Amino acid sequence: MSKLVQGYEVVIGFETHAQLSTQSKIFSRAPTAFGAEANTQACAVDMALPGTLPVMNIGAVERAIEFGLAINAHIAERSIFARKNYFYPDLPKGYQISQFEIPVVQGGEVSFFLEEGKETVRKTVRLERAHLEEDAGKSLHEDFIGQSGIDLNRAGTPLLEIVTRPDMSSSEEAVAYAKELHKIVTWIGICDGNMQEGSFRCDANVSVRKPGAELGTRREIKNLNSFKFMQQAIDYEVRWQIEQIEDGHAIQQATVLFDPDTGETRAMRTKEDAADYRYFPDPDLPPLVIGRDWVERVKSEMAELPRVMAERFVKDYALPEYDATQLTQSKAVAAYFEEVAKQPFFVSADGSQKVYGITIPKLASNWIMGEVSRRLKAADIGIDQVPVSAARLAALISRICDSTISNNAAKEVFDALWNASGDLVADVGALSVVDSIIEAKGLKQMNDTGELEKIIDEVLAANPKNVEEFKAGNAKALNGLVGPIMKASKGKANPAQVNALLMKRLG
Amino acid sequence: MSDLHNLSVKALATLLQTKEVSAVEVATRFLARTGGNPHNAYLDINSEVTLAQAQASDAKLANGTAGPLEGVPVAHKDVFVTRDFATTAGSKILSGYRSPFDATVVQRLRTAGMVTLGKLNCDEFAMGSANENSAYGPVQNPWDTARVPGGSSGGSAAAVAAGLAPAATGTDTGGSIRQPASFCGITGIKPTYGRASRYGMIAYASSLDQAGPMARSAEDCALLLSAMCGGDIDRDSTSLDMPTEDFSASLNNSLEGLRIGIPKEFFGEGLHADVRAAVDGALREYEKLGAKLVPISLPRTELSIPVYYIIAPAEASSNLSRFDGVKFGHRAKDYTDLVDMYKKTRAEGFGNEVKRRIMTGAYVLSHGYYDAYYLQAQKIRRMIADDFQNAFKECDVIAGPVAPSVAWRFGENANDPVADYLADIFTLPASLAGLPGMSVPAGFGAGNMPVGLQLIGNYFKEAQLLNAAHRLQQATDFHLQKPAGV
Repeated sequence: MSKLVQGYEVVIGFETHAQLSTQSKIFSRAPTAFGAEANTQACAVDMALPGTLPVMNIGAVERAIEFGLAINAHIAERSIFARKNYFYPDLPKGYQISQFEIPVVQGGEVSFFLEEGKETVRKTVRLERAHLEEDAGKSLHEDFIGQSGIDLNRAGTPLLEIVTRPDMSSSEEAVAYAKELHKIVTWIGICDGNMQEGSFRCDANVSVRKPGAELGTRREIKNLNSFKFMQQAIDYEVRWQIEQIEDGHAIQQATVLFDPDTGETRAMRTKEDAADYRYFPDPDLPPLVIGRDWVERVKSEMAELPRVMAERFVKDYALPEYDATQLTQSKAVAAYFEEVAKQPFFVSADGSQKVYGITIPKLASNWIMGEVSRRLKAADIGIDQVPVSAARLAALISRICDSTISNNAAKEVFDALWNASGDLVADVGALSVVDSIIEAKGLKQMNDTGELEKIIDEVLAANPKNVEEFKAGNAKALNGLVGPIMKASKGKANPAQVNALLMKRLG
Repeated sequence: MSDLHNLSVKALATLLQTKEVSAVEVATRFLARTGGNPHNAYLDINSEVTLAQAQASDAKLANGTAGPLEGVPVAHKDVFVTRDFATTAGSKILSGYRSPFDATVVQRLRTAGMVTLGKLNCDEFAMGSANENSAYGPVQNPWDTARVPGGSSGGSAAAVAAGLAPAATGTDTGGSIRQPASFCGITGIKPTYGRASRYGMIAYASSLDQAGPMARSAEDCALLLSAMCGGDIDRDSTSLDMPTEDFSASLNNSLEGLRIGIPKEFFGEGLHADVRAAVDGALREYEKLGAKLVPISLPRTELSIPVYYIIAPAEASSNLSRFDGVKFGHRAKDYTDLVDMYKKTRAEGFGNEVKRRIMTGAYVLSHGYYDAYYLQAQKIRRMIADDFQNAFKECDVIAGPVAPSVAWRFGENANDPVADYLADIFTLPASLAGLPGMSVPAGFGAGNMPVGLQLIGNYFKEAQLLNAAHRLQQATDFHLQKPAGV
């Protein structure tokens, strides 16, 4: 059951335009380079010069097939290109070639995890379709006084328009979907995912209704080019729609734009001005025929998909599903994790492959999702620039495992590895590097029972009240003893060992 | 040689290869004949370009690198874009437009050695059956200057008939090669859809448009067609990925036992008696040549008119959207905003027939009408193609008239577009089915105006059509007759 906003259920569907990472345009051989001088990346076909005709770029089709496979969709054996007719200066032919009735990718789904309150739940958004189409050019209004400039560099750039069913019920869910979709397209390499440059543009269809009522009238928020704006825009739109309905106004179907400066959405055009696009099959392009053998070949050449990799992480490393999904958010993070997990670890003292009941890969996962990711975020860098190599993180984890250092001490070592990595000699083994930091900082855990027992004796003598209370049955009183012991050992005592010795003395 | 302009492509090619004449001599003769633009056949002539091409041909003829048609002149219908000549498609909206590239067909004929004489008048965007829809004035029929030359390739037909070019390119969407060839007493062939590249051919109705040659004889058409055809799949997705053929190879095959289908629907009430008599005469010649006439039926012939006049305008309405004043061609001088610029540019730039078809096309594609018109028309189009396949079970080629009448006088149909549309009835079915069709001079009718016999073949049977036409031309001399003064 979805959560309600002021008693209303929110219904969201997405349309995403992912720019495909081909070298040349979808129907011409002009390059797709971004940021070039205006009209230098457009050829006769892109400019719609008389007599020009479109020829399908096979690379764009392959990317659509890859996407279909990645989301478990049906790849249509025969799909049709249609013309969407409308006049606009940056649409050189006066029509956009798109797919209308029969798209190349049909169905499929995208799953992700979402925090709902204290729970982490798995959500699945069903896809309606994904179709190939060409992008339009750009109208430039700023540099021309009283006139508009037209840049056709973008005209004919291949796009995959990915359409969901109205399966999302909150802005959080919508953003999580968009992030997951972004991950998939960048993972399989069909799109560079650059939202600033418009390579991944999302439109959100938003409506609200009373639970059980029919779907409300939707308004489409166009061109959401950051995850942050996406959430703000949807939240604003939901509030606005509820307000309208509560005030007794009906929602008019409309296309709206989000203004990041005001945080508001405003209508661009309503349904009344909606154009009749006069779709019809493009007679210049025969049906796109994709045989099973083509699909099989693309499949065999594709990298391991995130969901397949996540399943493997669960199987091979006994990771919880959540961890496996988080670690496979990006190829680079997943690769980093696998490199850490594959390093030779020292077996923990008791030979159980577990530290405090946690498996070594899970420990690695915790470190990557915790300390590593926090540091990366703070430094605003990607995992490809992480200063702590997988081998060194593995060495650090090894030293936790064999009780050389405590978890807290490990954070200090990690800090040193992060900041001083440049100073550390590269050809020294990772373990030696970690050990030398532990040594230099004096972080080695006190595993000498004699020394620890001496400290325990002193603390017990200094805290008779706690001893008494514990003996009287107050288990909490033990904490009052552990704290001072750890402090007296300057944090070097092994908490597990402290516990064990205390129990022995007091038991 | 004073009669160079009356020689066939084949004869000119031979004289050039044997160096009895030079390409410059030939080009000079034709350029001289185009002076004063007789019959308003040409829209652009550039003697400098033509002579430079002729000189290049002479050099090739001298050094042994000549193509098969080296030095033979050709002129192109103005819907083929050309680098060296303006291209207008007969429309004001493209007045003075210069393409940065040559159409594939133009390029291929250049590669074969042909020298370009210039660009030929036509109905605006190839929409018309009389060449009365050109923004640059009508073309006269050289047989009777008070009559239309047919359309839309009217300039092409008139130029060949009047000895202003030994051969010309044309395009055929619903009969635009066959009908003017018939009206002007020359030979023209529209190959199977997809045989000739459409790259560089300004689109009217993409699923129907097809390029073809127009010349005096089937033999000449075969020479040009062999050079024009061939796959162009990197530039035209509807181009068929098959090599060209030597269409001259089988010209002299015997017609003994050839089954010629005679569709009863082509000989009904609307057919004028003079045309019928000429066509019957040609059919009797075929019987003498050993062919058998087989009665057949193409039951949906009448439906081809509404089907064509839905599909072609639908595609045209979209194809012509690019002429919006933004990137090239005409732009209105005074306008208040973008929409006003669009409206004025297109109102000024397009002629009435083009506007009529854009409106018809936009209407049949619009929401709520698409299923009833466009989809329905596509269904019937497939049935028409099926009718042909049924007919070809009983015959090898189909023969009949090209048009119900000979060329009419200027103004006769000018205010009645539907009368023009009805005159397309015999050429539309083959166009809708994508089949090859040709027009072969078959005699003369009212006013001593030429009458053409239409031959329709099955897919890729151009060689068979040209063979049948050539054998008829060996037995008759209709194709050799010339208008007075040529």
